[in-house]
Amino acid sequence: MSAQFMQYLLTGLTVGAIYALVALGFSIIFNASHVINFAQGEFVMIGGMATVSLSAAGLPYLLAIPLAVAAAALVGLALEKFAVEPARGASVVALIIITIGASIFLRGLAMVVWDKRFHALKPFTGDTPIAIAGATILPQSLWVIGVTLAIVLALSWFFGRTLLGKAMLATSHNRLAAQLCGINVRMVLFVSFGLSAALGAIAGILIAPITLTSFDVGVMLGLKGFAAAILGGLGSGVGAVVGGLALGIAETMSAGYLSSAYKDAIAFVIILAVLFFMPSGLFGTRGGERV
Amino acid sequence: MLQRLASPRTGGLLALAAAITLLPLALSNKYFYDIAILVGLNAIVCVGLNLLIGYAGQISLGHAGFFGLGAYGSAILASRYGWPPLAAMFTTTLAVAALAFVVGRPILRLKGHYLAMATLGLGVIIFMVITTEDKFTGGPDGISVVPFSIGGFVLQGERSWYWVVGALLLVAVWLALNLIESPTGRALRALHSSEVGAEVVGINAADHKVMVFVISAVFASLAGSLAAHYSGFVTPGKVTFLHSIELVTMVVFGGMASTFGAVVGAAVLTTLPQLLTVFKDYEMMVFGAVMIGTMIFLPRGVVPSLARLFQPPQRNAPGKDKGAAA
Repeated sequence: MSAQFMQYLLTGLTVGAIYALVALGFSIIFNASHVINFAQGEFVMIGGMATVSLSAAGLPYLLAIPLAVAAAALVGLALEKFAVEPARGASVVALIIITIGASIFLRGLAMVVWDKRFHALKPFTGDTPIAIAGATILPQSLWVIGVTLAIVLALSWFFGRTLLGKAMLATSHNRLAAQLCGINVRMVLFVSFGLSAALGAIAGILIAPITLTSFDVGVMLGLKGFAAAILGGLGSGVGAVVGGLALGIAETMSAGYLSSAYKDAIAFVIILAVLFFMPSGLFGTRGGERV
Repeated sequence: MLQRLASPRTGGLLALAAAITLLPLALSNKYFYDIAILVGLNAIVCVGLNLLIGYAGQISLGHAGFFGLGAYGSAILASRYGWPPLAAMFTTTLAVAALAFVVGRPILRLKGHYLAMATLGLGVIIFMVITTEDKFTGGPDGISVVPFSIGGFVLQGERSWYWVVGALLLVAVWLALNLIESPTGRALRALHSSEVGAEVVGINAADHKVMVFVISAVFASLAGSLAAHYSGFVTPGKVTFLHSIELVTMVVFGGMASTFGAVVGAAVLTTLPQLLTVFKDYEMMVFGAVMIGTMIFLPRGVVPSLARLFQPPQRNAPGKDKGAAA
């Protein structure tokens, strides 16, 4: 029983770490631009698929992975430049449609560049399961959890200690005031799209050896990442990580103990239940409406 | 008299009726009729959804769920349990209305992106229940549906369906226009611009939002039931998140807070994928690019943008309200 619990917990942490990375991407873009980027899941797909084709072309992971992340970041910059930037000041609904249009576009592009089949990626370091407290864990899961941890630490250093990071935080609090202080708000917007895309791509590369990847993996991962970001409270970095892990663990637990048929629905049931009682998520700020 | 003809209500309804009557002249074969019927069904959903999004200012990314519940409700009751189609449709619609009423209150307390998430979640949950409960729904394979019949009369063939759907679309538009011009419609527009402001002048924002949510769900459910009987088959494909997005895009493309805009949006975006098949592999890319492009270049939607062009400039200030009511 306890070994089983441990097993579900480890699996949940692995999945949750991926959700957390995607959710962080949502939060970073939301903070900089108040846009919910529904194309976030496509960065996950681009990361995984690009690594698959680069390593199939004979490149070692040490080269293929940075290239794939860079490719996704470039797509992120292009998205900002050609889809979000020209629509400044558009309504929330219009922006949602634009980013969803972008995600459809990118999925269509992936279908043309690659194909519709599933692809496997070789694990980074072998696939002999490791035993922990009666449960087993794949080395790749350790990579997922470890890299996510490293990224979270790096991000907290970035936002807390560097000038650019602080400029991004300032912009999220008050765009106009930040601009008046001499912060290049356009640049912040640009950086946040690139950074989010890179985070998504890393998530896609980390998870590809465990779950396979294909041109449409981004849809579900994107929606769950959004759910995680909302669960934690939009725009909160801590919230995104906690939301992602909570969602991953809850999902695996309920799939294990209750019903695996509804595994994908659990995230949305939880999010509805939480929103009914906490309309701003777990760590969100409560804002009043001004007349 | 002329004044009334020029008003969006009378004039617009007459124009729509004329368009529906004259369109068959251009429909040379069954395939065109089929597309026209799909346009009509989508337009009914969009007219309802526009009340929610365009007038009350509440987004829903889950309306394909209500459409799907209507379709599957009719399919299961009429085909599996042998109910008369009309009774099946009526019962399904009532059930969907009840569901929308129950979930509407807590969901519509949310705002902006949180509301988007909640409605999206609702739609995804409905989709998953439909694909998983294959004992009733046939799972991913779908379920076949008996033709629509009342008593001994069986509604069959594209031509008959065209007139039925056309007439129902007119009724839907007429109902929506009446609602918009009523005190309720004014209350909805008031809470769109400021919920607190609306409540201060005595409008019960929560009740009004739930009401319009239920109405839009009922429109979607009815269209779903009709679509199921018309095509004789339902699959979960029409219940997906993507279909919800398509519906919202139709509303926004045509022009928010414009009932005729919703019809135009449904017409263009239902026909577009048929035209895009010439792009074969590039179909998805072109569709995505069209979504981005229209939102960037016509953020107000097609119909309001055109209406603005034809409006005499001096009437702009008082006429703005009229334009919004179109």
